[in-house]
Amino acid sequence: MGIRFILLVNKQGQTRLAQYYEYLTLDRRSALEGEIVRKCLARNEQQCSFVEHRNYKVVYRRYASLFFLVGVDNDENELAILEFIHLLVESMDRHFGNVCELDIMFHLEKVHFMLEEMVMNGCIVETNKSNILTPLQFMDKS
Amino acid sequence: MATSSIMESLFQRSLDDLIKAIRLQMIGESNFISKSLEEIRKELKSTDPQTKSTALEKLIYLNSLYSIDMSFASFHVVEVMSSSKFSHKRIGYLAASQSFHENTDVLLLITNQLRKDLNSSNEFEVSLALECLSIIATHDLSRDLTPEIFTLLSSSKLFVKKKAIGVILRIFNKYPDSVKVAFKRLVENLEGGFDQPVMSAVVGVFCELTAKDPKSYLPLAPEFYRILVDSKNNWVLIKVLKIFSKLGLLEPRLAKKIVDPICEHMRRTTAKSLLFECIRTVVTCLTDYETAVKLAVEKIRELLIDEDSNLKYLGLKALSILGSKQLWTVVENKEAVIKSLSDADPNIRHQSLHLVMAMVSEDNVTDISRVLLNYALKSDPQFCNEILGSILSTCSKNDYEVIVDFDWYVSLLGEMSRNPHCQKGVEIEQQLVDIGQRVKEVRRELVRVARDLLIDPALLGNPFLHRILSAAAWVSGEYVEFLKNPLELIEALLQPRTNLLPPLIRAVYIHSVFKVLVFCLHLFFVRKHVTSSSLDGLAQGMYDLDAEREFPEGPSLVRRECSSASFDCEQDEEFKPIIQNITGEELTIENGGENLVAFEQVSLSTSFAKDPSNHESIVGLIDLIKTALSPLSGSDEVEVQDRARNVLGLIELIQRETDGWLIQMEDSFKGGKVKALKMIEILHGAFSVKIGPVLRTSQERVPVPEGIILNDNLADLDSICGDILSPPTSAFSMGNRLFGENYGNSSLDLQKKEESEPSTESTSLLAEHRKRHGLYYLSAEKTEGMSNDYPPPNDLQSTVDIGDGTQDLLKITDQSLSSKRKPKHSKPRPVVVKLDERDEKPVSSVKPLKDSEHDQLSGAVRNILLGEEDTSASSLTKPSDKSTGKRRVKELSSKSESRPEDKLGDAAPEVGGSSSFRRSKHRSRGKEREKSPKNNDENKEGNSQKDKRKSHQHSRNRTRHRADLPLNVVAQTPVIPDFLL
Repeated sequence: MGIRFILLVNKQGQTRLAQYYEYLTLDRRSALEGEIVRKCLARNEQQCSFVEHRNYKVVYRRYASLFFLVGVDNDENELAILEFIHLLVESMDRHFGNVCELDIMFHLEKVHFMLEEMVMNGCIVETNKSNILTPLQFMDKS
Repeated sequence: MATSSIMESLFQRSLDDLIKAIRLQMIGESNFISKSLEEIRKELKSTDPQTKSTALEKLIYLNSLYSIDMSFASFHVVEVMSSSKFSHKRIGYLAASQSFHENTDVLLLITNQLRKDLNSSNEFEVSLALECLSIIATHDLSRDLTPEIFTLLSSSKLFVKKKAIGVILRIFNKYPDSVKVAFKRLVENLEGGFDQPVMSAVVGVFCELTAKDPKSYLPLAPEFYRILVDSKNNWVLIKVLKIFSKLGLLEPRLAKKIVDPICEHMRRTTAKSLLFECIRTVVTCLTDYETAVKLAVEKIRELLIDEDSNLKYLGLKALSILGSKQLWTVVENKEAVIKSLSDADPNIRHQSLHLVMAMVSEDNVTDISRVLLNYALKSDPQFCNEILGSILSTCSKNDYEVIVDFDWYVSLLGEMSRNPHCQKGVEIEQQLVDIGQRVKEVRRELVRVARDLLIDPALLGNPFLHRILSAAAWVSGEYVEFLKNPLELIEALLQPRTNLLPPLIRAVYIHSVFKVLVFCLHLFFVRKHVTSSSLDGLAQGMYDLDAEREFPEGPSLVRRECSSASFDCEQDEEFKPIIQNITGEELTIENGGENLVAFEQVSLSTSFAKDPSNHESIVGLIDLIKTALSPLSGSDEVEVQDRARNVLGLIELIQRETDGWLIQMEDSFKGGKVKALKMIEILHGAFSVKIGPVLRTSQERVPVPEGIILNDNLADLDSICGDILSPPTSAFSMGNRLFGENYGNSSLDLQKKEESEPSTESTSLLAEHRKRHGLYYLSAEKTEGMSNDYPPPNDLQSTVDIGDGTQDLLKITDQSLSSKRKPKHSKPRPVVVKLDERDEKPVSSVKPLKDSEHDQLSGAVRNILLGEEDTSASSLTKPSDKSTGKRRVKELSSKSESRPEDKLGDAAPEVGGSSSFRRSKHRSRGKEREKSPKNNDENKEGNSQKDKRKSHQHSRNRTRHRADLPLNVVAQTPVIPDFLL
């Protein structure tokens, strides 16, 4: 299914956004988040952005105080996922204007809608920034 | 009513308020959250849609970030979903996709709502419904909504079409019958669409579908090929490459076709992600094409030397996929690989270690292991253990096929154990025992290594090494005849620090003492006997030899049985009856036994440097054992107590039989001793039969005796003996060989105790022994002086720095890999005992390299695989059914409405038919078909498509000719079109 989950976590390890593409119970979600966040936050800048965890791998990237973590299947292209993360950040940046952690906190649902435009069923379906953002703007107006 | 709702919404806390308030809570966050949850519960019940949706919005927030259960609100979610206002509906849908799952009961209620929204004229409402469906669709929902999705697949609005494609994957998975309806539309999108968003969606869907069942999608190869060549979008290209890496493995001609475009992409692209995907495709399915592989290796090298650790990691990863098929690629890049061994990133180090181990061969295993071991000494504990683990697993692969010099390997294991970070106790333990059993020639060295480990009191303090020590103790007891100095070993086994060991391992120690003691006594008695009762036994011995040979058979059978269960736990219990049985027959054996002993004595006595068989030392030995073990005979641990009592019992028995002679002068050795001699002989005979390796499956081969009813579970055991089982479970843990780390803690406590209280009794006894035996305590004093710490890691190695280590490795791999010289091994590889599946007896094979198929492990694997192949073959027919279903739809819709049903019927009897028969049938069918579509086509549009279809059919026949592949399924699967040829 490609992408299994997308997590946004700040430096303190608090979750700022969690989107799952497979159903997990709440307990399993928080357990998984705990494990992965601990693993990724412990790594430094010089180390690579891929962590193997159980039967899938996590591709992560850090922007300022926020970590973007994407859990993907083993044969997913890691570099493409890194590009996807960057695309997400750019889209948010364009929408919010100089996006920061607070924007995401207070407009969580917008980020969710943005992700819905980009990913369906764990497949990346849209990679064009304006295609991603126009529906959002329309919806805000209506 | 109206006023109340206004009041409600006026005083309601908005989401922003909630977030701000949570941020202000420094402590008691959870308190605050549960309070706001109460609020939300109340607000959800409100009749005002605004209040309700805001409440839901807050609940979503808490659910996704604070893991608050929101299943209680599922009905309210449905209410909000059906709101007429878009902004409310949106929240409802978001809540649904976040919280609903298969077992949510309100899912039954939303079908109509979803249908309504899917048919809505507002495209945003449609997209909301589609997005939600892509996450929560169940079998029922998929079934009920397939028609709507089908319509949307050809929607004129790209925005909607794209999402309909996105959702179809879930629909297919949940409700496979929908494939019949919708697959054709999906394919049309693939063929016709050049609208970028639609294309990436549809390729994404096919990528996922192909990953599950590649065979069914082979007929679509031309479409994918077109995209591969024409598309400019990297996202799409990556997905298409993924599809081809699956298809290329199935169809060699397809692989040939795609080599060029892929190489072209590799040369041209600047996007690393696409480049990497090309490389991955080449290394997974195009390894037969030299140019492609060379180009890929070149690109991999660029990745490897890149500063970016991501690229480096991926380069190593690609190399390890390739390395399994073509080792030269790894060797060519070994410099970079070995350099990454000292990278800052543990993941990179792990990958490069993996690659280094892939380069190991018979010729360089010694050198690589040596360098890595030195390197491990300087690494952090985690990586150190990774290194040790991979050395252990590489060397032991296929029954140690890379090892020629086992003496070296055994001493390497000993060295590993002394690595201060070593945590590989379990593996080393297992290998020490395993090698001892399998390789006869190495036992002498093994015993030496074991002795060195046992004699070092420092090692006892490290809980990770306890398992290794247990193996060492077992080895030195089992192969006691190779011991240079049994007395020294017994002292080592009984040294005071053994109280740091967990009880089960201690029991192994004591049991080894038992074996060594029997050995020494035996030797002693034999000496005496030989000297006192002349030499006439020898002549007779030769005569009776045949009779004696049978003597070990009795115990050996029993031993084999008990070894399969648990060799060092249950032996004793098994032994008592044997001894009794045999003593009954002792008269018959008597003669033979004596002679055997006399015969053996000649060879054994020469193997001893220190003679343990003189009277004094035996007396001292017995004294030592008695003083060390008497306190243990009252131990709380069943195993320890049992073993200790066994040893003490033996000593008592011997002393009684010899009338306390052991304390008296030598001369009194006469009369009554014969019985003791016999006892020892029987024991010795039992112990001298070596335990061989046991097949994993041997337990299953023991037939269940008739009349025995075996329970599947032992649940009713509790009711039968609940009272007995309930008290401290530790007493019943003897079967449990997994000593957790908690033993480490308890042993630390023990250590403290030992240090704090000068246990009066044992220390005074210790001093006494020290006086008596100079040798051991002298050497022990040295280490005692260094307190309880481990010995410092090998000094000579610590001078080598990291750089040197990796340099060495470079040189080594250079020598042994580039130049193909075969160093002459000083000695031939010893025989490694292996087990044949068909034969339970240990069979030795001189050429284990080639015979490894007969090895127990691979045999088992093969069994499983063969077993699975049957099931997988049968399960394969299912997807192929599906695929024929799909094909049928395609054909139906395209033109040959002629006789899809017949075709299916045709396909069935072919299965299993002879290939020539199948071939001719295809040919004739092809001709028929060639005509029939033509006729039908006349009255249909789409001429350009028609040609293509026709060519499809041509090729279908041709590929069938070729594809006489073993799997029956192939006959049914769709076939590769013309252009591939």
